[in-house]
Amino acid sequence: MMVKKPLEFRLNGTEVAVFADEAENLLSVLRAKVGDLTPKYGCGQGGCGACMVTIDGRTVLSCITLAETVAGADVGTLAGLSGERLDPLQEAFMDGFAAQCGYCTPGMIVAARALLQHNPTPDRDQIIEAISDNICRCTGYEPIIEAIQSVVAQERAGGS
Amino acid sequence: MAIYKGRGVCAMNYPIGMNLGGDPSQALVHSNPDGKFTVTLSSIDLGQGMKSVSRQVAAETLGVPVADVYVDTADSDTGPQCMGSFASRGTHRVGNAVIAAAKEARAVMLEAAAEELEVNAVDLETDGLGNILVKGAPGRSITTQEACNVAQFKYGQSVSGRGIFLIPMSDVDPDTGEMTTVSCFAHMAMIVDLEVDDETGEVFNVRMNSAYEVGRALNPKLVEQQLVGGAWMGLSHALYETTEPCYPSRDHRPYSFSSYPMPGPGDLASHGISILERPAPDGPFGGKGVGEMCANPVLPAVANAIYDAVGVEMDELPMTAEKILRAIRAKAGRAGDNG
Repeated sequence: MMVKKPLEFRLNGTEVAVFADEAENLLSVLRAKVGDLTPKYGCGQGGCGACMVTIDGRTVLSCITLAETVAGADVGTLAGLSGERLDPLQEAFMDGFAAQCGYCTPGMIVAARALLQHNPTPDRDQIIEAISDNICRCTGYEPIIEAIQSVVAQERAGGS
Repeated sequence: MAIYKGRGVCAMNYPIGMNLGGDPSQALVHSNPDGKFTVTLSSIDLGQGMKSVSRQVAAETLGVPVADVYVDTADSDTGPQCMGSFASRGTHRVGNAVIAAAKEARAVMLEAAAEELEVNAVDLETDGLGNILVKGAPGRSITTQEACNVAQFKYGQSVSGRGIFLIPMSDVDPDTGEMTTVSCFAHMAMIVDLEVDDETGEVFNVRMNSAYEVGRALNPKLVEQQLVGGAWMGLSHALYETTEPCYPSRDHRPYSFSSYPMPGPGDLASHGISILERPAPDGPFGGKGVGEMCANPVLPAVANAIYDAVGVEMDELPMTAEKILRAIRAKAGRAGDNG
């Protein structure tokens, strides 16, 4: 018989309590139990980055993270980045046509925001390194890199 | 033991759509109670912009803002028949069908407006902002929403339209093999510069420069995005990707992204693009299709550049370092050089 375990953590600053299945992964908890559909199921093997979220500010691939390991932790997803206004990264992705099918976009923006939190002025190589866990099949990456660079320039110029 | 530079060229006349049993696409347009319009299609938007372009084309034809048009796609239960989104046919075939359907709906809307304004429908024009005006007397007007409402409630007319665009099947002449696709052609040319290390077979420092003639770029940003992303995918097919590295044995086929090589954001080639607009006479507002045309030419251009660099003809994809190195060694062996 499947054992369900109570699990509590903070998701984008809000307390969440769910019953997680034994060995259930974090992506499944977020999508099926909490209803946050912004992390995407891509490969399910930690190879594509579509499921990327943050735990205490560090990026992880939620499809290969055991849900029980986030007990008491701060989990962040794309849904937490925008309130009444979109995150500047979301604006830049739209303005720069940095999405085509859009499936990689949540993971890309989570990766980019985590980078900018640790390093507000990354150069092009550092941006490339930060998104190198994330696969994009449509854009050829260039518009994504440029969108992130535009936010770096904007925030350096004194925005937010 | 050296790095060799090479340049390869590819030029292409690219036919839009296909010619199997004929190539039809259909569209339906109807007005909604809020005065906005729905375009119903079975065509698929898989990110390339089918919905955006259909929306623009419908709004332009109806004479209403783009925001007043909703496009419902990809449901063959509720949508009219469409051959599909492939062969770069979406903009051209579906766009033309949308124009036909929107024209029919527009005519009904203008007839109702003409009754209300007590003028002839041919004396009416739309301003693209949701108003129908009497030509030369802009003070006399009615909104498109009002016109659609009175059409229904007062005159018992449905503001709707049906559209189809068909490229008929062209039989092959049994004697000459001749046939006509009765299609429009897009054109392109690409130059690839790259470097090959003859010690490792590695290809690096790839730069692409290309020009594409796309008819009218109905949505220039979407066209540019498709060209950038598609060329990258072509480069990926040229140098990295294969589902069956040990074909015909399937034992070693990839089962995850860790064993399926694809270039990442660190392996980008620079790409300079020129977009030339020469509106197609039979295209929707002159539009052609760019879909597959952006990926295909990269492969032969890369093969030509490799030949230019190290003198080996690569006739198998992907052109991996291993295959290039083997070819370099085989060539050297034939020439009696053990280098």
